[in-house]
Amino acid sequence: MNVIEVENLHKRYPNHVAVHDVSFEVSEGEIFGILGPNGAGKTTTVECVSGLRVPDGGAIRVAGIDPHRERDHLRRVLGAQLQSSALPEKIKVWEALDLYASFYPDPADWRELLERVGLGAKKDAMFGKLSGGQRQRLSVALALVGKPRIAVLDELTTGLDPQARRDTWELVEQVRDSGVTIVLVTHFMEEAERLCDRIALIDAGRVVAVDSPAGLIERVGGEQRLRFRPSAPVSDAVLLALPEVTDVSRSGQQMVVTGKGNLAHAVTMALADQQVIPGDLRIEQATLDDAFLALTGRKLA
Amino acid sequence: MKKILLMETKLHLRDWPILAFGLVLPIGLLLGLGQIPDLGKPDPNLGGARFVDAQLPAQMILLALMTMSFTALPGVLTAYREQGVLRRMSTTPVHPGRLLGAQLVINLAVAAIAAVLVIVLGALVLGSHVPANLIGFVLVFLLGAAAMLALGLVIASVAPSSKAAPGIGSVVMFPLLFLAGMWLPREIMPDALRTISDYSVVGPFVNAMRDTWAGDWPQLPHLAVMLVGLALFGGLAVKLFKWE
Repeated sequence: MNVIEVENLHKRYPNHVAVHDVSFEVSEGEIFGILGPNGAGKTTTVECVSGLRVPDGGAIRVAGIDPHRERDHLRRVLGAQLQSSALPEKIKVWEALDLYASFYPDPADWRELLERVGLGAKKDAMFGKLSGGQRQRLSVALALVGKPRIAVLDELTTGLDPQARRDTWELVEQVRDSGVTIVLVTHFMEEAERLCDRIALIDAGRVVAVDSPAGLIERVGGEQRLRFRPSAPVSDAVLLALPEVTDVSRSGQQMVVTGKGNLAHAVTMALADQQVIPGDLRIEQATLDDAFLALTGRKLA
Repeated sequence: MKKILLMETKLHLRDWPILAFGLVLPIGLLLGLGQIPDLGKPDPNLGGARFVDAQLPAQMILLALMTMSFTALPGVLTAYREQGVLRRMSTTPVHPGRLLGAQLVINLAVAAIAAVLVIVLGALVLGSHVPANLIGFVLVFLLGAAAMLALGLVIASVAPSSKAAPGIGSVVMFPLLFLAGMWLPREIMPDALRTISDYSVVGPFVNAMRDTWAGDWPQLPHLAVMLVGLALFGGLAVKLFKWE
């Protein structure tokens, strides 16, 4: 079932068109990624979905609600953690949650939420004293305090150190496991690949493709490369006979096998038949970055 | 709304120097200027009344209103806009307008406390008079406060940053204090200047205040200028105010 439907969204600002033509659907319970370079129109898109901006064209439905016409209704089903939105420096963590809980008719228990996002020990700390990762955790908690069906998380891990980023990813997965549909805006390829069930690749205000991370990579060829040092001589023909293999080459002692699908499994099985062990086996795969480059002719980051 | 007001009050108390400034500045000036011997003598320009009787307290109340409206209020609101506090709140079912409302109430309350302190301390320490027409006084105070706070919202709307806001507030404040007769009593202003002062909202405010001190009702032209000022600043604030 689709909880979000965006059809031909168009949004202009006085000096430029931020979103030309964006369409996608988000199904219930998935983590849907909106991936693209800075300035692609990702934030404007989710701001329209969150009812913060009025689209100039197209149609949006969030759980059957028109975000612009039924703002109040929307606020109860959609929680948002937006870029460049924060809290007063001197508000304490528990006060912020308590205050935001009071904005909703049937809020979540904020004490439990505080533990869930791992801020139990920081209950009495002021917002201004929190680390970047802790602020984002609080921000996620605030987005969830109204018990939304959908949470929009915009550039959640930008500016975080690698450890805090990984912790935040875990939190996002936990939230999804609790049944909340997540729209994740990011320009990190690694983040999208790790977290998202499906991704809309956006470039210059248009959707380039919507697919699973693996599907997107597959689209650009999905080519894989195996490098290894065989323990005994192997003829190219043995490997070329495999349907997964498209090319075999050698550089010195090393063999390089290129192909698709379940390449690693097919090749290692064939080598085992020949009683050859692949030493220093390495698998190289295309990434979302490669997919973006192939689909738009531009680099993602 | 109660919770927002309570929270904003708590936040203000944590940033108490801003509040203290709004109280200390007018009260300090009142007691300081009150020590100048000439101001305690009957002044022919004031029809034989002493400067400290009504003129000085009325001006200090105006100063308190201006400090809160032009520096404290725009400082907090522009910071909230910069930090995205208003934007954050607009994702919830509660409109950030409530936060704005809470800010107005708090700044008004501080100015009201300052007004009470100015009147009480003025009477106790300097022997100033107290407003004889209390209802008239409250009316003039609230009308003046509304006009000043609305102008403060305009400053918060046009200030490019939270650092610039109090500076812009001061730039607005000093000419208005001058027109209100802070340095040059209206009675000895040149005619042209006094005419400007008559239409400056703050001139009528001080005059109307003094009338209530004398036990009279504020004059209609004074109230009318203040109402026009309130409508003008209020309209501008509504038109210009940016939530993010």
